[in-house]
Parts: sequence; structure tokens; C-alpha cells
Amino acid sequence: MADTNPSPDGYVEHAPGYVVNGGPTLLTSRFPFEDSYTLERSMQTGGYVGLRAALARTPAEVHDEVRQATLLGRGGAGFPAGVKWGFCPEGVWPRYLVVNGDESEPGTYKDRLLMERDPHQLIEGCLITCYALGLSQCFLYVRGEMALAQERIAVALNEAYEADLIGSNILGSDFSVDIVLHWGAGAYIVGEETALIESLEGNRGMPRLKPPYFPAAIGLYGQPTIVNNVETLSNLPWIMENGADAYKGYGSEASPGTRLFAVSGHVQRPGVYEVEQGVTTFRDLFYGDNYCQGIRDGNELKMFIPGGGSAPWFFGEHLDLPLEARGVSEAGSMLGSGAIVVMDETTDAVKACLRLVRFYANESCGKCAPCREGTSWEHKILQRIYDGEGRPSDIDLLLSVGNHISPGPYPVASFDAADLEAVPFPPAQTTICPLGPSAVAPITSAIRRFRHEFEALITRRDSIPVAAEAGA
Amino acid sequence: MSDGAPVEITVNGSTVAARPGELLIDACERTGTYIPRFCHHPRMEPVGMCRMCLVEVDTGRGPALQPSCMLTCSPGMQVDTESERTRSAQDGVLELLLVNHPLDCPVCDKGGECPLQDQTMTFGPGESRYVEEKRHFVKPIPVNTNVLLDRERCVLCDRCTRFADQVAGDRLIHFLERGSRTQVNTFPGEPFSSYFSGNTVQICPVGALTAVPFRFKARPWDLEEVESTSVLDSVGSRISVQSSRGRVLRFMGLDSDAVNWGWLSDRERFVFEAYDHPDRLTGPLLSGGAAGGQDPKGSTQVSATWADALGATAEALSGTDPDRIAVLGGSRLTNESQYAWAKLAKGILGTDNVDAQLGDGLPVEVLLGLPRATIDEACTPGGTIVLLGPDPKEELGSLYLRLRHAVVHDGATLIELTPHATGLTGIATHSIRVLPGEAAGVVRSMFQGGTGDVAAAGAVISSGGPVTVLWGRTSLAETDGLVVDAAMALLEHVPDVGFLSLLRRGNVHGALDMGMSPGFLPGRTTLEASGDKFENVWSCLPGETGLGCVAALEAAAAGDIDVLVLLGADILADLPDHDLARRALEQAGTVVAVDLFVTSTVECADIVLAAAAPTEVDGSFTNLEGRISVVARGSSPPGTSRPDWMIAVELAERLGTDLGFTSLDGIWSELASVSAVHADLSLNLIRASGTEGLLAKGQMPLAMPPVTEVPDATESTLRLVVTRSMFDNGVLNAHSNALAGLAPGAGIRVEPSDLDRLGLEDGSTVEISGPRGEHIAEVVASTQVMAGTAHVLFNQDGLDAGRLIDASMPVIDVRLVKAR
Repeated sequence: MADTNPSPDGYVEHAPGYVVNGGPTLLTSRFPFEDSYTLERSMQTGGYVGLRAALARTPAEVHDEVRQATLLGRGGAGFPAGVKWGFCPEGVWPRYLVVNGDESEPGTYKDRLLMERDPHQLIEGCLITCYALGLSQCFLYVRGEMALAQERIAVALNEAYEADLIGSNILGSDFSVDIVLHWGAGAYIVGEETALIESLEGNRGMPRLKPPYFPAAIGLYGQPTIVNNVETLSNLPWIMENGADAYKGYGSEASPGTRLFAVSGHVQRPGVYEVEQGVTTFRDLFYGDNYCQGIRDGNELKMFIPGGGSAPWFFGEHLDLPLEARGVSEAGSMLGSGAIVVMDETTDAVKACLRLVRFYANESCGKCAPCREGTSWEHKILQRIYDGEGRPSDIDLLLSVGNHISPGPYPVASFDAADLEAVPFPPAQTTICPLGPSAVAPITSAIRRFRHEFEALITRRDSIPVAAEAGA
Repeated sequence: MSDGAPVEITVNGSTVAARPGELLIDACERTGTYIPRFCHHPRMEPVGMCRMCLVEVDTGRGPALQPSCMLTCSPGMQVDTESERTRSAQDGVLELLLVNHPLDCPVCDKGGECPLQDQTMTFGPGESRYVEEKRHFVKPIPVNTNVLLDRERCVLCDRCTRFADQVAGDRLIHFLERGSRTQVNTFPGEPFSSYFSGNTVQICPVGALTAVPFRFKARPWDLEEVESTSVLDSVGSRISVQSSRGRVLRFMGLDSDAVNWGWLSDRERFVFEAYDHPDRLTGPLLSGGAAGGQDPKGSTQVSATWADALGATAEALSGTDPDRIAVLGGSRLTNESQYAWAKLAKGILGTDNVDAQLGDGLPVEVLLGLPRATIDEACTPGGTIVLLGPDPKEELGSLYLRLRHAVVHDGATLIELTPHATGLTGIATHSIRVLPGEAAGVVRSMFQGGTGDVAAAGAVISSGGPVTVLWGRTSLAETDGLVVDAAMALLEHVPDVGFLSLLRRGNVHGALDMGMSPGFLPGRTTLEASGDKFENVWSCLPGETGLGCVAALEAAAAGDIDVLVLLGADILADLPDHDLARRALEQAGTVVAVDLFVTSTVECADIVLAAAAPTEVDGSFTNLEGRISVVARGSSPPGTSRPDWMIAVELAERLGTDLGFTSLDGIWSELASVSAVHADLSLNLIRASGTEGLLAKGQMPLAMPPVTEVPDATESTLRLVVTRSMFDNGVLNAHSNALAGLAPGAGIRVEPSDLDRLGLEDGSTVEISGPRGEHIAEVVASTQVMAGTAHVLFNQDGLDAGRLIDASMPVIDVRLVKAR
């Protein structure tokens, strides 16, 4: 194995790894092993048992089991996978499975670990899905920057082909599937499923017009296409092996099972944690001994982003919300793809806001005018304020430009001290995809809570603003 | 749009009937509510990029802002295009679009006709709140020789890039970079070399794309505009002729549903430059002989008065045996001028040696006898198109765009039977290579005995859907009888088949309708069938059927033609058989040329009469469907040059008679009285027909033509295929700054396996021997041509294809050997 698997030494350790927390391990049971990514280890630890279980049943039964399990999509939208699978129009063939491994939301790195640490679990999930839906072609799209994940998957695919687990007549059955590995060229937007399909077809990655709202109707090469997230599919082997009822034994009724949360930022022990959905709270996660063990250096929490860079910010008063989609969105944010960024009292809110907006301005695909022009305008204003060249009117201008990108009240958390109510998620969207509105999240959150920090930068300005105030 | 009951929606409180499947933005515009937009274009797929057309729509789930260019009307939809939220959204999008726009309107060609300017005035904020540095790019960069791109002005509406991709199929301009650095550009070393690049300038909603011929020539508000028709090729694309201070400065495509959908090929769009060229003839010329000198040939031409020139012409014509007069050419002329010249030749001079086709056409009795299809019928969604003719992309650009749309977007099936790959090969369902001379056999085997692609194509054609055959000469080096035989075989096997002629030259279909063909009379009829109808209107009629172009030139070469009148016919360049053209001009008695330029042919004329260009005359044009539309003048003819019909009228007077009319209306009232095809038409009705024109209907009884015998191909020779390309050395191309230099030049193209067989190397110099002697050329290996053929482009620099062709042979076989 050593000769075929590259050692991870050549790769930069770019985010904290997996942390064992003593909880249930539906997804991460193999993670503690050094050679967790090999077929040998996988086979020793129950690999492809779920596939065998699936092959012993009819495809309809497998689909039904997944529907029973209420497996929610882990890509961000949280749509039940079993229901999504049923959206393909009758009688239109061929159909494809596309795996969305373009994980690039700021703060997210749980799919990367799933691909790096247990590629066979993902492949098994793909095979189960293909079997349930009668598909014979699967495309595994991995983010361009994830070199180790790409190599591990490539090796795993070769091993699996060799072991008769992919290809013709899998495990002696009449079920045949080909899985193609494809990697991106480094664009955040390709995480949006229709942009991913465009990229996969060889086009510039730009989202497609909606409707159709789901690629299940018209997707890759114009055919019905199921697009699922890496984590979603990685759940399937466990579900097939242990059944939907066992799966529902974890988590809450609305959100069964476990989820991976990638915690980064100013906590004592950042990392990926497998957590039961709807049971654990943010406070447990940040301060629990099995989890992040508190804010770094004993500092106070200033704010945290509960679901990746696109999510409005939460604060101390939101710590007791359980890790579950509905409650979070009612409180004005989203759980998204499970990326939690914690910021302590030493954080400059304006700089944090600037850093996030710069990301969206850089990553806007350039399609819709409000996102393309609006995000870079917001970035320029923020940069100017941060550089000490802000004008008093710039704070309202930031909000107004944000309103042009996403018209109407933008989702934001409540601010008890100022007696301000929460605006529930999601934001109004007049662009094709949510990238543009995402850039507004840090701005509305930061200005509502920390307007004084903006004002301080503006009144302390040390150079003359680029243009005089109109009429002043 | 599909048929069905209208969809009732509410727009700003009033009920509006939308068509089923109609986009909200289109339904609103059609019923009088304009929604601002930049990216939406009715002839392209919606893309939803600019977000300018956001309006508040309630489909039962509460009002929400939705882009109306992406929304199909559904029953009961409540639309508010004037609500506070709509206005605020439009205001916001405009402000954002202007964030990086340089606002250099005072020096921008688009200023005054700019949708961004107009919509900012109507819907936008009064002033910008943007104080940051704007995006900067090098201004402007050429994307090809005729189109410049100013990326700072671009609002990234995706119209040009969508046009290149969806309409033209030339994916050569793209979005590069992302975010606010997104830009349209070409890839390095790959210019936007599309035959249709000028359309991107026309559809650009800002001044980002400008055309070199129009840059800084005029402000839009100084332009005068007339609706006209492009007479450059037989599609008859509808155009707007725009001029300022008496000079035509640009052509814009008009959106005609039936014809060109607003698109033009670059040849149609930029040809106007030639009409304004200083080399234009400004008055008549006489050579030494006709001017009274001693040496009738080879002397220089000198300026003359119209009186002298017309006098000399009349003198040459009077008393000459009608059989020794020939009148050739006339496709540049309007219908009215063609009628006047047809009457002068046949009804006054009494000669039937009249032919508007220059040896590269189709037999008129078959062309007018076959059931004729319209472009719309050919492009019927789900129908079948059989291409049995030249490459439409090279010869009839705007027709190519319609055909491409039908195949790519409307599910039409294309079958091509050509000796080389065409611009449509990539989208053809069955692309069948046919050796010159074997088309009829291949067609028969499609229906019986064929295998593979041939049989599959036959099955598609026989499947019962509508079938249209696009027919014309697949090669100038083969006789017209070959394509006729193939067309007859299709007629025999396919019930209800329609035929659309691909004759390319200008108003050639008008000329044929006006009887400019031996044995024919105006109104798609023959001397034999309708001669009596003309007896009272015309003073005489030819006694018997005369000579066609090739036969008349052979007679001239034999010294049997005393007066050869060339109506814009540059036979030295345009007749496939150049040797014949040269001999005819040498041996003809008096050569009279009516033309715009001193072409190489006109140089040989004794008398030159200066004619007005198509942008300088009023009248009408007949396209390949038989559709008649208006030609209108945008400027005055230079010097004393004048419309062709006036020259005919004056010449008749010099001959001591008269044509019986002195105006276009006079011509039409006489034409309507003698021609059944034109009986219900008048110039006023044509003018009133708007962009669509009027279809002149009428089919002659079909006479079955004789079958053409073809010698078998041999191992040691290659069969010559000669075709035209979009740009060549034609006189108009050469005199348009924009088009001159685009001609690709000619080498001889041979399939690689043939090269191997003949022991030749790609790029080597070869000696070509055929019926017209030996010629030297460079040979190029190409997989686009068929094995067993040698392909040469016509009228190009390099190898002169016209010197290889012998018009008397059904096909030309040539031998290639390595040059010593």
C-alpha cells in the first residue's frame, strides 16, 4: 500500500483535523486509523457491507429505506435526499449521479476530510445511490485545490475497480456502474450545483437559469441528474447496514442522524466534530470538554458564524440554540454546510466583515449584475473605511448597496440590548444563485451589532476621503 | 410560439392576453408596457444576466421581484411594472451597471442610440454614489479587423457572446476572469474571425463593440434612415440604410420574421463601403474605337458625355441582326430595371440572347417548375432539410443562420449531399460526401439499395415529415444538369417536397421573374406560352429561343455576336470558365458595359455606361423565395451615373422608339398587366408590406429535363470541385475597406490519403493538368474534402480556379504531379 498511496507529508496541513469526541461515529468510525483511506482498512472495518446489503434488496426498497431515514442533504440547503431522488421525470434516460465535492464555503472542511480519510465510504455511498436509482454513470467532482482528496479518491477508485466493486457486474450482480473523477479549476461558484454541471460539461462555471429548479429535471448534458453532497452520500453505507430506524435513533425527529461540524477560529481545540443533530447546542460545542474546550486564552466570545461565510453572524445570546437547521434560520441565520467560525473579543468586526466580503467580491462569477458590481463595490467601500478614508455616509451606503443586491429586510440575528428583532432566514434573492446575497450577510450583521466600530474608524480617519460629501 | 388559447395575465391592473409560452417581458412589450432590459434579445435564449427587467410578480404566493426575461406567462399572473419595489430594483440595477461604466458618452459612437443612456434617463438614478476608482482596461482592442471592443464600456450582458455561441456557432469570444474583473475577450491568437461578427455591434446595448467602418463617422441623431433590402445575395436580408450628409455610413439588419431575423453576414453589412469608393464610375467612358478612333481594341477609355455614349450604343445596335446581339448579366439590377432591360432587349431589339445567370446557375424551366419552399418552410421545426448545393455559410450568410437555428434549436434534421464539408456539417445528422456527377445515383440509393448513412438519410426523408431541398450548384466545375438530375430523383421519391434555390447572385430571382433568360418572358412564363399576351404591349418579340450565357459567349468567341451588352457582368472574374470569357471579349463586335466600376471585364468594353449602386436607387428586389421587398435610396449616385432602368429608357429613345414608361410606377402598371405573377402587386403595396415583403407566387409546368451523362472517375485523376467563399476578389469585396483582405486565397485542397497515393506532400507545389492546360499551385492536405476530389476556391489570389474550368464539359478531371 505504501507505494501506491502518497504520504500526506507533501501537503500543507491547512485546517485542523478530526477530533474524536466520544459521541456516535456514523461517518467517522475509520478516521482514527492511519490507513483509513485504503481498501484494506475499509474491508477490515465493515466497508462495502452496506453495498452488499443494498444489492440484496430491490432498488425501490433501497430508495424507500433512504426516504424513511429522512436523510437531509448536507450541502447547505438541507433538502431530504430521498425526496430529491424522486424528482427525475418518468421515462427519461440516461440519468446521472453527480457528487458535489466542491466544498469551498469559507470555514468548511468536513467534506475534504471525508474524501481524504474515507474515500471508500463515499464510493460505497455513490454505488448505493446508483443502485437505488438505476444509474450506471456517476461523476465525482472534487474541488480543484484539494490535491490530497483527489489522489486518495483516484487510488480508491482504482482499488475498487480492481476489487470488482465498480465497473461491470459489481460483486457478481447484474448491477454495473462507472465512476469518473473530475476536478475543478478553483472557483467557489462551482459549489452551486448548476454551475458545477456547467463546469463538468467543460463550460465556464456559471449557474444556470432557474427554472428548472432541480437538475433532476434537466441536468448534466440535458439529462436528469441527481446532485448530492459528499457527506450526504457518506451516510448511506451506515443506513444500508443498520437501517433507517437505527439511523433515526440519533439526532432529533426533524433532523435525524449525526452531522459533521467544522469549527475554526478562536477556540481552544478547533476541528471537525461528528455531532448528533438537534441535540447538541452551540454552547456544548464551543465550551464542552469533549469538543472545543472553550474560547482561546480564556477570552470572551465576540461573535460566531454558524454556517459558513454566507451565514449572518450569531452572538453570545444565541449559544443555547441546538445545532439544527430550523431554529437557526428562525433566529436569522443558517446552519448551511456545518462550518462554524468563532471570533473572540480581540476580533476587529470591520476587518472580519471586509475579509468575508472580499471573498465574495473575488468569487462572484460575473453573471448577474447586482452580484458582480455590488459585491466589489461593497468591498471597495469597506476597504476604504478600514484604511481610514471612510465617510459618515458610507455606513448607510453599505446597507443601501446591500439592499440593491438583496432587496428587502436582510436576515440578521436579534440584538437584545438594542431591542432589535431577528429577521429570519433566507434573504430575498433576485440573482440567479445566492452568492450575491451572501456578501450582504457580514455587512448587515456587523453594522447592526458593531456600528460603533465603523463609526470609530470613520471619525478617527487619518486621511481625506476620496470625494467630498455631496453638498457638504 | 406554440398554438393554443391565450394566457390571461394582469399587467399594472389591466388584463392582457399573452401567447402560450410567451416570456413576460415580450408579452408586456407587445401589449404596450416596456420593461427595461440589456441582456434580453428576442432572437436568443434568455440568460438573465443584467437583472434590469426585474418586476414585481405575484403568481399566487405573494408579490416578489422576478426577472421578466426568464418568466413564462402563466394564467392569473399579477404583474406590477411600476410599483415602488420594481422602481427601486431597477434604480438599483442601473446604479450598479453604471458603477464601472466610464460614462464617456460624449466620445462614444453609441451615444444617442444607447439603451444604457436611454434607460438611465428613464429609469435610473440622477446621480451616482460611487466614488471609488473605476475598472480600467486598454481602450479599445480589436477582436477582429472590423470590430473593436472597449471593455470599460461593457455591461456584460452576454449578448455578443451568446450570439457567437448560439446564433453563429463561432465560439470565439468568451467571458474571461470573474467578479467585477469579468470581461469579454478573445483567446490569444484566436481573433473573432466570424462571418457574422458585425451583428455583435448591432446588438451591443452600450458602446462596447463598435464597427471600424462607422467609428467616429456620425452621431446617431444626424443619421437619415430608410428601410431597404440587401441586394448583395439572393436572401434579400432586410436592412436599414443609414446615411448622413449624402453618404451611406452603415447598414443595420432589420428584424424580418420571414427572412433574416435582424442578422446580416459581414459581407452584407460592410459592402456599403464599396458603393462610396472613389473608384466608382461617375460617367460614361468610350474607348478609342467607339469614340471614333482608328484602333477599336486595346485603346484607353476616355470620359464621354451621355449623349455620345448612348449615341454610340444606339448606333452599334441599330440595324444589327437581333441574333447577333446578346445581353448578359443583370442580377445587380432592381426588378424594375430588369423589366426595362428585358423589354429593351426582347421587346425592342428583338434578341432572345438574354441571360442573367453567368454559367453558374440552374436551368430556369426547372427552377420555376419545381414546387418552391419559403425559408420558413425549410426551417419548419422538426422538418427535414436536404442540402444539395453550395455551402450556405459561404454563399448565403443570413440563410445559413436561419438554417443553423432550425437544426440546433428547432429540431430540424439536416442531410447534406456535398463533395466537401460545409459550415453545416457539424450539425448535420447525415453528412454524405458525393463525388461530382454521382449525386443522382446517391439520391436513388437513399431510397433503394443504399446502406449506412445513405440508407438512414433516405429513411429520414421518407418518414413523412416536411422535406425541403436546398438546391444549387455544388461545384462550379460541374454542369447544372447533374444537380438537376439529383433534384428530379428527390422529386420522384418524396411527395410534397419543396425546393429552395441557392442561386446566390443578388437579384437573380428577380431577373428570372422578369424574363431575363432565353425563351422566357416576365411573369415566370415562356415565349411559347405567353408570347401573344405581350404582342400588344411590346413592339416585337424574339422569333425563337435564344442563347444562354455560355452559348452566347461561345458564339461571341466564334465572331457571331456583334453587340455584347454586359449588365454588371464581370465575366472575366465571375464566369466559371475564364478562358471562354476572355475569348468572347476579344472576338465580340462592340462590347457595352453597364457597371459601377472599371472591372477587368469593363476594361475590355468599347462603351461604358455608369450605373447607380443599389443604395442609390429606388425599386424592389425578389429573393430566393420569390419574396419581393423594397429597395430604397440612401444617397445620390456619383457624377452623372444613373439607375439602370433610366439608361434603358434613354437608349430606347436613341433607337427612335420608347419603352412606354418613364417612372417606377409606370413600369409596375405595365408589369402588372402582362405578368400573372405580379398582377396583384404594386410598388405601393410592397412598400406597405413592411419588413416582411410580399411573396410573388406562381409555378410553371415542369418540363422533365434530359439526363446528363458523366464519365466514370479514374484512379489517376482527381475530380475538380470549385466553390465560392464568403470573401473573394469580387469587385465589391475588393472595394470595401472592411472586406478587402478577408479573402482566404486559393490553393488546391486534397484529401490526405489521395496525397499519399499520388506521392505528394502537404504544402508542396504541384502541376495541375486538365482540359485547360497546366497550372502550378500549392497543394494542401484537408480532411474537409472528399477522397477523389481536388477542391479549389473561386476568384481568389493564388490559383485562379476559372482557368481550370471548361464550361463545355460535364465534370472536370485533373491530374496532379509534383512540379519540377
